Amino acid sequence: MRCRQVVDKISEYLDGELDPELVRELEGHLEHCEDCRVVVDTTRKTVEVFCDTEPSPLPNDVHERLNQMFTQKFRKDPS
Amino acid sequence: MPAHLENEQDLVTAAKAGDSDAFVTLVNQYSRHIYRLGLSITGNHHDAEDVLQEALLRAYTALADFQANSRFYTWLVRIAVNVALGKLRKRTLWKESSLDEAREGEDGSFIPLEIESWGEDPEKACLNSELQQILADVIQTLDPKSRTIFTLRDVEKFSIEETATMLGVSIPVVKTRLLRSRLKLREELTKYFGKDARNAMPTSRR
Repeated sequence: MRCRQVVDKISEYLDGELDPELVRELEGHLEHCEDCRVVVDTTRKTVEVFCDTEPSPLPNDVHERLNQMFTQKFRKDPS
Repeated sequence: MPAHLENEQDLVTAAKAGDSDAFVTLVNQYSRHIYRLGLSITGNHHDAEDVLQEALLRAYTALADFQANSRFYTWLVRIAVNVALGKLRKRTLWKESSLDEAREGEDGSFIPLEIESWGEDPEKACLNSELQQILADVIQTLDPKSRTIFTLRDVEKFSIEETATMLGVSIPVVKTRLLRSRLKLREELTKYFGKDARNAMPTSRR
């Protein structure tokens, strides 16, 4: 497997959706290619940091206006 | 994707029966997730707030249509995505982005330029609020369709199939966009977290 193919397969590799034979080829390539190891490792970290980061609480003013919206809606529409 | 509320089923049942307090309790659990989703897709706080308010109002109005055997959050996200995409369409961004699709399938592979390992993990390198800001900033380097796909798949953790269904695009389009988005975001984050990072961190925790 060449570097270009490793890049093309990164997503499927990280998602565990790559054919086992291709996984062996890709990991074989990683053993001797430092650049691809870095790219795979930092792509994994990229996905993890987005996946693991909890959203911030709503900004206070947004939260306040949302509550106002509910109050108005439910006052008009008590059902 | 937020954790399933333990009493979600009861809250849905009560909300469907007209209990507005139950509805508010139900959606308050998810409001910050919906706001972040709106912010990622539309790219600005004003539209994100509109998306949040409109999605919750639509959800309240359409509650009778909600099938209790599916997850409430998934249903709510579908509504929010539709509202957010409606905003993009008004700004014609979605249409422009769709034109890019013609180039997919050609050999437009993304060639990594930043080959630099990261130092500390991002969570350790900066405060959570700073990390939030960095993630919100770098996601805006993607085109609207790619950032919507990336957000649904990698931030909200929907499957490739669910993401494709929600957006009305094919699975190969989701996969191609996802790959390119991950690689592009990796490059952008390397500017912050690479060992020789060029972007100064917002605080001195590095």
